[in-house]
Amino acid sequence: MSPAKKNIMIGLAGQQNAGKSTIFNMLTGANQHIANYPGVTVDKKTGNYRDELGRVEVVDLPGTYSLTSFSLEERVARDFLLRERPDAILNVIDASSLRRGLYFTFQILEMSFPVVMALNMVDVATAQGRKIDHEKLGRLLGIEVVPTVGRKGRGKLELRQALRRAAREERGEDEGFQDQHGLRIIYEELEEHIASVHEQLLESENLVKAVPLRWMAVKLLEGDSEALKLLRRHHARADAVMDAVSAATAVFQGKMDITPADYIVTCRDRLAASLVEQCVEVTRADTVRFSEKIDRVLLHRAFAPIFLVLTVYMIYELSIVQGYKLTFLTWPALAWVRTVVAGLLPDPGLLHDTILRSMSLWMVDSVNTLLNYVPIFLILFALIAILEDSGYMARIAFILDRVFQSFGLHGQSTLPFILGGVFTGGCAVPGIMATKGIPDERSRLATILTVPYMNCLAKIPLYTLLVSIYFAAYKSYLMLFISTITIIMAMIIAKLLTSTILRGRETAPFVMEMPNYHMPTLMGVLRRAVDRTWVYIKKVGTIVVAVAVVVYVLLQFPGLPEERMSYFDARMDEAIATFRGNIQETPYAEILADDQAVLNLLNIANTYREAKLAASTQEASSAVDDRYEALHPEIFPLLRPRDADARTISRHLRGLSSERSNLRTAIREETIVYSYFGTVGRALEPVTQYAGFDWKINVALISSFAARESSVATLGVLFQEGADESLSLEERMERSGEATGFTPLHAFALILFFALYPPCLATTIMVKVQTGSYKWMFFSIIFPTVFGLAVASGVFTISTWLGLSGIQAMVGFYFLALGTAIGLSFLPDPAWKEPKAALTRAKEV
Amino acid sequence: MLHRFRKQKAMPVQECPSCAHTTQGGNGEDQTLTNVANGCRCRIRRHRAHGAIRQRLLDLGFVPNAEIEMVRCATLGDPLELRVGDYYVTLRKREADLIDVRAA
Repeated sequence: MSPAKKNIMIGLAGQQNAGKSTIFNMLTGANQHIANYPGVTVDKKTGNYRDELGRVEVVDLPGTYSLTSFSLEERVARDFLLRERPDAILNVIDASSLRRGLYFTFQILEMSFPVVMALNMVDVATAQGRKIDHEKLGRLLGIEVVPTVGRKGRGKLELRQALRRAAREERGEDEGFQDQHGLRIIYEELEEHIASVHEQLLESENLVKAVPLRWMAVKLLEGDSEALKLLRRHHARADAVMDAVSAATAVFQGKMDITPADYIVTCRDRLAASLVEQCVEVTRADTVRFSEKIDRVLLHRAFAPIFLVLTVYMIYELSIVQGYKLTFLTWPALAWVRTVVAGLLPDPGLLHDTILRSMSLWMVDSVNTLLNYVPIFLILFALIAILEDSGYMARIAFILDRVFQSFGLHGQSTLPFILGGVFTGGCAVPGIMATKGIPDERSRLATILTVPYMNCLAKIPLYTLLVSIYFAAYKSYLMLFISTITIIMAMIIAKLLTSTILRGRETAPFVMEMPNYHMPTLMGVLRRAVDRTWVYIKKVGTIVVAVAVVVYVLLQFPGLPEERMSYFDARMDEAIATFRGNIQETPYAEILADDQAVLNLLNIANTYREAKLAASTQEASSAVDDRYEALHPEIFPLLRPRDADARTISRHLRGLSSERSNLRTAIREETIVYSYFGTVGRALEPVTQYAGFDWKINVALISSFAARESSVATLGVLFQEGADESLSLEERMERSGEATGFTPLHAFALILFFALYPPCLATTIMVKVQTGSYKWMFFSIIFPTVFGLAVASGVFTISTWLGLSGIQAMVGFYFLALGTAIGLSFLPDPAWKEPKAALTRAKEV
Repeated sequence: MLHRFRKQKAMPVQECPSCAHTTQGGNGEDQTLTNVANGCRCRIRRHRAHGAIRQRLLDLGFVPNAEIEMVRCATLGDPLELRVGDYYVTLRKREADLIDVRAA
């Protein structure tokens, strides 16, 4: 291969907060692609650019502090390096904490990769009074060091050139790793042992091809479990080598009174310290860091919670409240799409549509519901990106960690809970998406599974309905109950999960760097917001279509029985007959003689009305008129009536149209009653009676799985039978309640169940996306159903037995739950009890 | 928190040599990082942590002989914020308890 045309692959490696993402964006510009590393949920970001020699692919490795095998990210990063063998590594280092960054550099150098160092944020280091001689550093390390300021795009060209120079050497396909590049770390007293292990490793040809041997020898002496696995895979005499390693370890420890692992770290640290000493000139000594000055206020022991509450309130206000206002702008656009799709599908029938039409529209509606969150997400993700980039997110975790820790959660669980609706009125979908940053696998899963207990916006209508009918006198108590019980229950459940089924999951210690405050860049924030939103659109978009079909079938089939069908048909016929009678006198009666013509007129009138509503300007509006006049010359006078006759028809047509839409709504809702879900609702009655739910409530609850909002709508249909149409749903439920004995206690059990109810369809899909497993998705549906039903049944049955009223049951339950939560918080975490066991388990994954 | 309270009672109280704050443990004797008072400095003697925690601590600069300054603790008394060289790290007391230090 001639160097004239060569495509290369670069691995971008570095520690968190070193500005890796900004360097990645600077190098690759807009050509980026996000996927997952095969088999794990860790993000794989790749991008590419062209230079004069060809294409350069940049793979962003997960941000890690080192390349050991303790966390998922580290293993992913290391496996990638060993398997894909990038042509060069770009190591991004935060110039203001050079010494720690060098550890990482040493580790990649030890893995025999050609390295280019991007000494990022040199401006920050300078501002802190530290001048780094990058040329000298490069000479000492034996690699090129390029000073950069990622946020300002400085150093881009130099980096690209340096990467080319580093990767220029030829490399055969299966040759194994070449000799080490750059600086070689000398482990003094340990060197003889390294050399002897190295020699034994040389015996295996497979191993020579698979890994850099000196690195392997060091890793084995360090006691790295993944290195051991590699050894077993590739080396025929793995056990003999391991015996030699153990013997060497014992000898060394006996002589030096320190483990080889600790000794290795100490050597690296000493080397890093000496490099820093040689290359960094301190121009201003011992100045208090700017970030620390801010923290003295923001992290003040007494004031910190106040600032935190303000921040949380801002996020909530800007994304959820203001974001919902934005959906008033986007919804018409989505509605327009629906209209277009509706126009392409077969025309609607009078009362019954073809499956093609109804199912397609169902899917469009499902997708639209989810896309409607997009403006909220954009704002939300932008705000989260600002919090992350600025460095405040780490501080939020710092302030709240103690609370969450008692329940097996993590400081960083705060944000997901906030978004899920701690203040009544969030949404679990963005809440679950925000769990991404939690480093501790066990806490992350526990957070994902408990966020849906928060009060999402769509739960509010049912609460309001039940509270205003049955607890009118205690409204404020009930609202306080609802908004705090969810948090209490979420904590109890988190504790239960983390000490049972999540017990064996990998937990990470809460050891976190407190990053410097940075000013976030506009581009960085926007890009992250758009990236994350796009992932949401893509993933949810694909899965939701599949699930929507299933739910459609379960809610629509087997359909209405014959007699109900003919009842509705008769009502429609009657309405058309009345319409005909009313317009008999007009000259248009003739063209509306057959049913098809009436149907056409109804459909055209509907699309015309929608088109007129969508037209925002005068011109657009008259363009609509022109179009309809040209398309339907004989009907147009009825659409835009100018004479008295046409006005009569138009008036009666509106009456007919509204009767038709009423009937259609009634059919749609009654179909639910007769659907498979409806049947299930009846079948569940023997079980749910202990919670006081009859089949109507069951159907409402089941149908609300597709979307929470539908619970109230379904209840509306179910309580319609025989009731006076002019009564409100409240009055109807109350009246029917008097007949069936529905008491405030029933209502309380229902509220309780609804609070603990499984997440809606969109949320369960997010659970799948974030956990990467259908197992957790089903768990997130089944567990809350069983748990919620058990709690509601227990409360209802025991309260009935004790003769408690609804409000008494509420008070009793509240203090019981609060007491349980406080009690559980004192229960020691299983991972603390046996720290060693939990850690070894983590190591072996 | 109850746990912390008991522990403090059991240890003898002494003046921190580098500042006016009080700190626990005798002069030159090892104490755990948890017992260092705000604003005081100390040097790491050794870790009693294993596996992932140990690695994480080492990665963040908690290496033997490193100088550590206790910066603050969070509102509820846990976690702690520490200065290691020129950057700041937070630890839970549970982890800090695994690090033996000596007054600097």
